[in-house]
Amino acid sequence: MVPVESEGLAVEVVDLVKRYPKAPVNAVDGVSFAAHAGEVFGLLGPNGAGKTTTIGMLTTRVRPTAGVARIGGVDVIREPVRARAQLAVVPQQSNLDRSISIRDNLIFHAAYHGVPARERVERADELLDQFGLLDRAKDKPDFFSGGQSQRVMIARALMHAPRVLFLDEPTTGLDPAARLFVWDRLRELRDSDVTLILTTHDMDEAALLADRVGVMDHGRLLALDTPEALIDSLEGEGTLELTADRPADGAVVDALGALERVERVETVHLAENGGPGPSPESQPLRVRLYLTGDAALTVAPAAAVLHEHGLALQDVKLGTPTLEDVFIHLTGRSLR
Amino acid sequence: MSAVAAPAPALEPGTQWRAFWAVLYRDLYVTWREFPAFLAQVILQPLFLLFVFGKVLGTLNLTQPGYTNILFPGLLSLTAVITAMQALAFPLVAEFGWTKEIEDRLLAPMPTSFVVGEKVLFAVVRSLIATLIMIPVGILILGSIPWRWAGFPLFVAGLLLGALVGAGFGLLMGTLVQPQRITLLFSLVFTPLLFTGCCQYPWPQLEQIRWFQIVTACNPMTYVSELLRGAMVPYVPHIRPWVCIVVLIFAVTALLAVGRKGFYRRAID
Repeated sequence: MVPVESEGLAVEVVDLVKRYPKAPVNAVDGVSFAAHAGEVFGLLGPNGAGKTTTIGMLTTRVRPTAGVARIGGVDVIREPVRARAQLAVVPQQSNLDRSISIRDNLIFHAAYHGVPARERVERADELLDQFGLLDRAKDKPDFFSGGQSQRVMIARALMHAPRVLFLDEPTTGLDPAARLFVWDRLRELRDSDVTLILTTHDMDEAALLADRVGVMDHGRLLALDTPEALIDSLEGEGTLELTADRPADGAVVDALGALERVERVETVHLAENGGPGPSPESQPLRVRLYLTGDAALTVAPAAAVLHEHGLALQDVKLGTPTLEDVFIHLTGRSLR
Repeated sequence: MSAVAAPAPALEPGTQWRAFWAVLYRDLYVTWREFPAFLAQVILQPLFLLFVFGKVLGTLNLTQPGYTNILFPGLLSLTAVITAMQALAFPLVAEFGWTKEIEDRLLAPMPTSFVVGEKVLFAVVRSLIATLIMIPVGILILGSIPWRWAGFPLFVAGLLLGALVGAGFGLLMGTLVQPQRITLLFSLVFTPLLFTGCCQYPWPQLEQIRWFQIVTACNPMTYVSELLRGAMVPYVPHIRPWVCIVVLIFAVTALLAVGRKGFYRRAID
């Protein structure tokens, strides 16, 4: 049974499961979410969390083991061809056609999608112009930088006016100007009611662009809300980062944790760039306190605790939690 | 935001066929633009074989008169099979392996079987163009080629089945071979295929080397060569055309079925 509400949804995923043959666990393990037309939905998660597999199922390239995925109300398993007509994918790695110019890349993509001949030529020139690529229209993709390829791929994706656009790490590896440019284009798309589903590690990007964010790990959706609500959900309303002059033992951390308004204490380890860094024990103490209430009120008591343990306060950073804190809180710090 | 999406429109009739022809058009467009490279790729090898075995050895009296009549149908067979195979195997290895170019086609509004079908059809078209080019080339180098209008239907059947066998091999290899092993394709597949396909000798006469006759009987290309000999030089002892056609239909069906499966495995997780 299709619930009535699902008719208005651009993307709908219900209890989606993917288990690869011979894998001990599900790569995607019962994920559900939905996105409306014109919504920007960010899928966050560490490497191997199951984001790419989830997107793969939505874009008809991965066959789900169980569950339902719909694009514009179209079941991607039962009607993959109709689903493909609704969507476009911008991958992280260039998959442009290297044998033909970027203008032809756009034109042929539109031809595959049945856009009439005159319309596809006009649209290609329009998009090349909009993406600042008109002067390079006749060049082949081999000569393009990562950022330029990314722009070409977004332009290509728009040639058949998709309702849902999937972007995998859209600005990873782009220089700041290119990144701002891509963000602007994505906002314009959202305003024209295209639904954007983006996977990213970049928390700033997710916080800036996404209307809602789903955090995935181990194949499951751990949290799903607006970036603001996710940040608010973190215990405490502020953070206080303290750096002392010398290393210290756990007693100091415990003492800091016992202070009023401190919800949680996290030790921050500084990794040196390059070579082997000093071991955590030999690093000067650096902690982040998650607080309820104003962080500034805790500075003096915390300094006093350090002083009692014979440490001097070297640096203080006040802050409010960010999406990155949410991410780390949910998925942990271990490297994948 | 949060506008209510209108339900997705139904597919316009013919959408998938439009996608199919557009992809074929793209392939032909690229072939046309790179025609000199295409020519070099497909006719250089048979050209040299034709020149050395047909012209040079013949002029030096190292081959019997009439050998070119045995050789020429074999070279057409070689061109038909190898061209179709190359049109599929190398691009597929690259497209699935590193260029990922195939993704744009797999996401076009057509079934995955259409993407496979287009690849096969394109390989057949390339193969036919290459074999047709070999005819004037043969006339140019040898002075004349054996030709019988009576054998024309068999000739066409031979070229088509040869192209399909090559396409089947190409599909199979293109989806099975890992990119880092691509050089192995040459040494382990192309070379044995080239020399056991009865392209330079007629099969019945191999009786004198019985084990090699059995080996060649396992290569589908043998039946293409023999079928073309049956069409062009029926006075040379050859395997009966109907046997060739039956074996080839069987080989084409099997190769395409397995190759299609390999393609699906690469295309959809």
